[in-house]
Amino acid sequence: MSLNVEIVAPDRKVWSGEAKQLSARTVEGEIGILPGHSPMLAVLGNGEVHIDPVDGKRSTITIDGGFISVDKDQVRLVAERVDATALTA
Amino acid sequence: MAAQTRIYRQRIRSVQATKKITRAMELIAASRVVKARKRVEESTPYALALTRACSAVATNSNTDHPLTTERVDPKRAAVLICTSDRGLAGAYSVNAIKKAAELIERLNNEGKEVVAYLVGRKAVSYYRFRRRDFAKEWTGFTDGPDFEVAKEIGDELTAQFIAGSEEGGVDEVHIVYTRFVSMVTQEPQVVRLLPLEVVEGEIDTDGDGKPDSGPLPLYEFEPSADEVLDALLPKYVTARIYNALLQSAASELAARQRAMKSATDNAEDLIKTYTRLANQARQAEITQEISEIVGGASALADAS
Repeated sequence: MSLNVEIVAPDRKVWSGEAKQLSARTVEGEIGILPGHSPMLAVLGNGEVHIDPVDGKRSTITIDGGFISVDKDQVRLVAERVDATALTA
Repeated sequence: MAAQTRIYRQRIRSVQATKKITRAMELIAASRVVKARKRVEESTPYALALTRACSAVATNSNTDHPLTTERVDPKRAAVLICTSDRGLAGAYSVNAIKKAAELIERLNNEGKEVVAYLVGRKAVSYYRFRRRDFAKEWTGFTDGPDFEVAKEIGDELTAQFIAGSEEGGVDEVHIVYTRFVSMVTQEPQVVRLLPLEVVEGEIDTDGDGKPDSGPLPLYEFEPSADEVLDALLPKYVTARIYNALLQSAASELAARQRAMKSATDNAEDLIKTYTRLANQARQAEITQEISEIVGGASALADAS
């Protein structure tokens, strides 16, 4: 089982792919998401998000002003500013 | 007579020069409209994700958010008019301004005072020339707007709306933009942006006009449903404005391409007409010369 992750910025879809796990910082604190997570919608704080893609090594992206939704292993990470050079490069 | 031919030749040359320019503009607009359409498409995943999230929260929370509540007695309304920075795009800007004028008249009849917010130099010069007041202008980006501008406009309009008419703000926000239907059709459109109407429960993510099957999952909200809504709605407003700006940009370029195409066609027609006239004048000149020579020769023959 893996997470189906989509990272979306206002002007483009930044990245989409499979991931083993993901961790982000919400306004309340750090959360980690593994496959099978219950549906959730959280407001994210500005900062780093760590992603472990199924193939490839752990990458860190920086986001600004966004939220995350989790639903049946479908993860949508939406932010106004995304710096995902580590992931897409 | 020779003067007549020269004038025609001059005109042909000048029309040819104009044709080169309009032809170049047509090609430039044609290549940029493709890019602009792509940008509209690329912005949809973000808009969809936001719409989905907003309706999920709206379904789960019962509290009325200030951004979604209708004001009891609306007194002032803001109208955001999206036009172009540059001309030579046919009736593009005029159509948007006309549509806005209709809307403003309607709002005035309903007893609301209208505050205008302008996007694009064409709207600004229209208002300046008629010495009408407007609250704010944004110019210099209409053929390729970026998200930062949309955010700036969104923040301004949301702040005005939150303030309400009692404190110098507004009770309603409308937006006039040009929807890109196809390369040949662009429609000026009026949308009420605030107060928002969030459709609960049903969402149509694949754009086939029917809602997706199955109810929304029961989300857990962090920190709480209300706070999530607080964070999402302004973003939603901004995304709507961004989409309107992008569509306007695509429409502007398509309108310009069409206008320049008909200008080029016109120039070709003109060149054809002038060439015919010039040939006629040249022929007349030759005929005249011949008859003068013949006349002169026969006069000489008669004299001797």
